[in-house]
Amino acid sequence: MQELERAGMGSTRVTRKGNNVVLLEKDLQTEQMVLAMGPQHPSTHGVLKLECLTDGEVVTHAEPYLGYLHRCFEKCCENVDYQAVIPYTDRLDYLAGMNSEFAYAITVEKLLDIEIPRRVEFIRVIVAELNRIASHLVAIGTYGIDLGAFTPFLFCFRDREIILSLLEWASGARMLYNYIWVGGLAYDVPADFNKRVMEFVTYFRPKTVELYKLLTENEIFVKRTRGIGIMPADVAINYGWSGPMLRGSGVKWDLRRNDPYSIYPELDFEVPVPDGKVSDIGDCLSRHLVRALEMDESLKIIEQCIQKMPSSEGFNARSAVPKRVRPKAGEVYGRAENPRGELGFYIQSDGKSTKPLRCKSRSSCFVNLSAMKDLSKGQLIPDLVAIIGSIDIVLGEIDR
Amino acid sequence: MEEGKVLSQSIQESAAAYAIIHDKFGEAVSAFDANETMPFFEVLNLSAWPEIALFMRDNPKLQFNYMACLSGVDYQAEDKVGIVCNIESLGQLNHKIAVKVKCPRQDGSIPSVAGIWHTANWHEREAYDMYGMSFTAHPDMRRILCPDDWEGFPLLKDYKVQESYHGIKVPY
Repeated sequence: MQELERAGMGSTRVTRKGNNVVLLEKDLQTEQMVLAMGPQHPSTHGVLKLECLTDGEVVTHAEPYLGYLHRCFEKCCENVDYQAVIPYTDRLDYLAGMNSEFAYAITVEKLLDIEIPRRVEFIRVIVAELNRIASHLVAIGTYGIDLGAFTPFLFCFRDREIILSLLEWASGARMLYNYIWVGGLAYDVPADFNKRVMEFVTYFRPKTVELYKLLTENEIFVKRTRGIGIMPADVAINYGWSGPMLRGSGVKWDLRRNDPYSIYPELDFEVPVPDGKVSDIGDCLSRHLVRALEMDESLKIIEQCIQKMPSSEGFNARSAVPKRVRPKAGEVYGRAENPRGELGFYIQSDGKSTKPLRCKSRSSCFVNLSAMKDLSKGQLIPDLVAIIGSIDIVLGEIDR
Repeated sequence: MEEGKVLSQSIQESAAAYAIIHDKFGEAVSAFDANETMPFFEVLNLSAWPEIALFMRDNPKLQFNYMACLSGVDYQAEDKVGIVCNIESLGQLNHKIAVKVKCPRQDGSIPSVAGIWHTANWHEREAYDMYGMSFTAHPDMRRILCPDDWEGFPLLKDYKVQESYHGIKVPY
């Protein structure tokens, strides 16, 4: 490894591709250059700034700068009631608002002694999984754009629009829902919601195959992602990676299975991990693959939920919602599996106030991105774009 | 802990893990708080924290290989600031525990564990950014979310926002 770096710094330039070292050029005199990517750059998916030291086309060092979207989420939480934090959680990971609300709600409920109606749990899981598909569609679509494939993006957004309409129908908003409340939901789902969701499931099943053929098996796409940005499993765990990133490195770890919450233990679904046949384990393609396969699993979950869901007779979505949320004194760390990994909330309550004493959000993107420095070393600049895209960052959650 | 109370399995596992740490470090760690929502212990001897962390990660009976979260906390009543680390053994032994480390509010410092869990690197920077405790031997001790020239540490309970920042009025 050190030899590789030394070679990269000298007059011979090499890069890593899988386990191979590829010779790029030799006997060419260049000097180090600072290249700033972002904060206004489409490939950084928001307002991330990467300051890269480059030697020719090879990145020798990349330093991420964050905070351009910092909105003091944690300070805001300390000044509002528990229930009023929900809209703020939407604005963390704005592509997966339902999942963020879900994670926050189950965390606060751990401190409260309330029983959640069973129908509420099913609706929560349905909307969260719908949102997971929508979020993965954005991740996959924009990843295609990063690597020069424009068509999949349009296909993804066409299908995502259906999900957003469904969620809008249920909650009244397209992205910032404020739908899952501590103790319940804002409303029950509309009368024909289940039917329309099932229509979507039937419609979307073949589309995942289409997307797989269009992008995941596309030779140019595979050449751009296979063997790029490999992260071994033990290093990934040490970095605190979670979600599709960790599973891409071959670790079968999904909080819905390994630290189950809500009704996930009753549901039958797989946790996809790459087997190393079509991708090298831990590379960008593996991470993309996990997302692509997870959409199918989400469809399975939604289907089962709709079959098992109790009827709406005599159901009140707010029956268990406390008038004032005043948890017992104590602290709790609760978490849920978000599309991007483990979203955790650390909440401290003094037992008297209706406002949290401390509410920290453990952001999955923040942690996943922290490995950027290691991942980018010795990579080509175009591969750097492939790596950032594969992390699937949402700056709203990183900067909070 | 109340006598005769039946503890859930996960708390028993945490208690067993704590017993191993307590055997090794004795007085350096506090008693185990077996509450239901987040069982934890506190590190009383600050300088022993990296050693405890390394022991927790590498001991074959503990294998805490995954740091889920590190949160800064302001203990205003005790005149201290501190961190709460949620650590678990991912895929190995599947137990988890929380560790608290506290330091004085004024110019306090906590030894860094960024070399033990990479996750701690950015989280310690965030804790410093928001609470002002420094982490000794941290590889890159800078602010992370606020601008480098921001005054004060926003999440302290007695924080007063600065009047202006580069000529921009701050309080609104």
